[in-house]
Amino acid sequence: MTKPTRRSALKGLAGVAGAGALVGSGMTEWAKAWAQASPFKPEAGATLNLMRWRRFVVAEDEQFNKIVAAFTAATGVRVTVTSESFDDMQPKASVAANTGTGPDIFWSLYSTPHLFPNRCVDVSDVADYLGKKYGGWVPVAEAYGKLGNKWIAIPAAINGGYINYRISQVKAAGFNEVPQTTAGFLELCKALKAKNTPAGFPLGRASGDGNSYAYWLLWSHNAAQVDENSKVIIRSAETEAALNYAKSLYDTFIQGTAAWNDASNNRLFLSGELGLTANGISIYAAANASNDPKQKEIAADMDHAYWPIGPAGKPTEIQLCFPMMAMTYTKFPNACKAFMAFMLEADQFNPWLEAAAGYLTHTLNAFDNNPVWTKDPKNKVFRDASKRSLVAGHRGKLDEKAATAMADFIVVDMFASFCTGRETAAGAMQLAERQLQRIYR
Amino acid sequence: MAAGSFAAPPETTAWSRLMVNRNWLGFWFMVPTMIFLVFFLAWPLLLGMWMSMTDMRIGRGGVFIGLENYQYLLEDSDFLNATAFTLVYTAVASVVKFAVGLYLAILLNNHMPFKAFIRAIVLIPFIVPTVLSAVAFWWIFDTQFSIFTWLLQKAGILAKGQYINWLGDPFLAQCSVIFANIWRGIPFIAITLLAGLQTVSPSLYEAATLDGASGWQRFRFVTYPLLTPIIAVVMTFSVLFTFTDFQLIWAMTRGGPVNATQLMATLSYQRGILGGRLGEGAAIATAMVPFLLAAIMVSWFGLQRRKWQQGESND
Repeated sequence: MTKPTRRSALKGLAGVAGAGALVGSGMTEWAKAWAQASPFKPEAGATLNLMRWRRFVVAEDEQFNKIVAAFTAATGVRVTVTSESFDDMQPKASVAANTGTGPDIFWSLYSTPHLFPNRCVDVSDVADYLGKKYGGWVPVAEAYGKLGNKWIAIPAAINGGYINYRISQVKAAGFNEVPQTTAGFLELCKALKAKNTPAGFPLGRASGDGNSYAYWLLWSHNAAQVDENSKVIIRSAETEAALNYAKSLYDTFIQGTAAWNDASNNRLFLSGELGLTANGISIYAAANASNDPKQKEIAADMDHAYWPIGPAGKPTEIQLCFPMMAMTYTKFPNACKAFMAFMLEADQFNPWLEAAAGYLTHTLNAFDNNPVWTKDPKNKVFRDASKRSLVAGHRGKLDEKAATAMADFIVVDMFASFCTGRETAAGAMQLAERQLQRIYR
Repeated sequence: MAAGSFAAPPETTAWSRLMVNRNWLGFWFMVPTMIFLVFFLAWPLLLGMWMSMTDMRIGRGGVFIGLENYQYLLEDSDFLNATAFTLVYTAVASVVKFAVGLYLAILLNNHMPFKAFIRAIVLIPFIVPTVLSAVAFWWIFDTQFSIFTWLLQKAGILAKGQYINWLGDPFLAQCSVIFANIWRGIPFIAITLLAGLQTVSPSLYEAATLDGASGWQRFRFVTYPLLTPIIAVVMTFSVLFTFTDFQLIWAMTRGGPVNATQLMATLSYQRGILGGRLGEGAAIATAMVPFLLAAIMVSWFGLQRRKWQQGESND
């Protein structure tokens, strides 16, 4: 178990206090009834440590803590929640998996469970229960949650990343909307640069945004790192076309994108320096929630669009999945399962999805009608994130190898090394091929 | 007690004799430390070396593959670049840190008002937690929000909307992290050398002055020879710290852009922990050992010939 810190202890106490506040409320009554009827019974005296990704939307975090408190009130299982930045989640989970000690539940990113599938508790029963009850899982959720026929994680939600743009700047550049083809999109970026309101996409160590952009570049040009048989096919004419396209785009970008992390584009967009980028809805949510009139102005003047479609002729997005896994070293696997099931029940999940205001997209079909998708038209594109998304490792399997390639930023680095002039197209492809062949051997 | 009968003395075993043997006593006193060193130093090091010869991954054991990891790394441009940059980073930063540190130490050795206060101020970069100073430098070198860029724009040298791509350009990023390391490392060298300077007897300077020695000659023939042992120790530590740097790079650039600022330590972490290939990560870490040994050897043999080591004049 992790050593409880003062902060986590306080959080735990806050959870308990919250639970106290909830006593007698409808949520708790419902939760208690749920605990009675639920097929997942926590072990006697169970306590849980849960580590999650650090929130970008405050209201989502607050609603999540309410779920935790209701769970504690209903089952008596105290849950201590700690949060870590996106970049730190995977190393912490990896170290815990390797040493066999740490939080009971990791709520991580992308394909982390596939880095150490034999360290994840089999949660097939939870997945089956939820799938049957809520209209089935979207295909991408199955891909991230399952290994073979066994569920190793519960993909609680997807964080959709789409084009964020300033309406006035796109109009000033001569476009009514963001073109939905890669060729048209390049023209828009050129026009934005000419107007001194440039676009920018990360080519640095950005686990979420960097991988989203790089894989979109690759797949939209019909290229992939491996084929259906996991044979490395990164060195191809299609990849070269993707590289050249990326370079043309890079030349229109604001400076510094090769050093960007996941927070960089949020910061620049909100400072008014950036006219277009790709991100979750967190920029819009932050601008909306701010009391600063400048931020409010940005919120009113921004909108979202799908990723453009390239020569591949279909959506080729990779969206950020948040799989929740229980670790095999936990003393309370049933409590872990109970928490996962509880969290995704409609009474918990619907308010949480609403609080996330479009930052999170559901992975169970029954939540298509959540009001969050109709309340604000600017949220709408995010509703389809989990249905449009391809999976890490595409066209091959999502497995440990695909997870490693992503964690190692191989595709991001390939584009970055060519765009920044450190490598030729052939050199960048060769480097990526060599690294992928080692992973996929 | 009957006459002629007496109790036989208790049997002394070889073990009990060994326990009180004067020649063995030193060994017994050393045992706790030896156990500590074996468990916390030798064992992890050997384990790392063993891991580097396996294909171990996070969450599962590996099989012995001999030197395959090393063979792969020798043809891996990221590893070769990281090794080259680690050497450049260490060399440039250490030389500058030494030069500026020594200059500062000599300045601080003079009598001046508020001497203690100024010495304390000089220590600040060293006592600030590395990660905090690294995050501060990350902001200072941010492409759009850099204070340098802002100043240059205010001074009219850069037009508004023009930026210096500090951390986005591979070469500038390398310069930026070296600068940050120098800023952080100077106080350690300055204060330690200052301590060494304090031990130099003023009478030596007086004698040299009477003999007509210039300022430079006093430094060259009095200060420098007496300071050499301290310099050797300080520079060994400084080189070791710089060569194994991790925090500064990780907080500032994560080894980017395009692995340009990747040091061996950060690349080892990237491949071993993030990429999950523990064997390969261990191989990169093990590849650092010869360089570190070389640095230690240089100072060791440099100090071997020092008289003070044999206790002739104890500095």
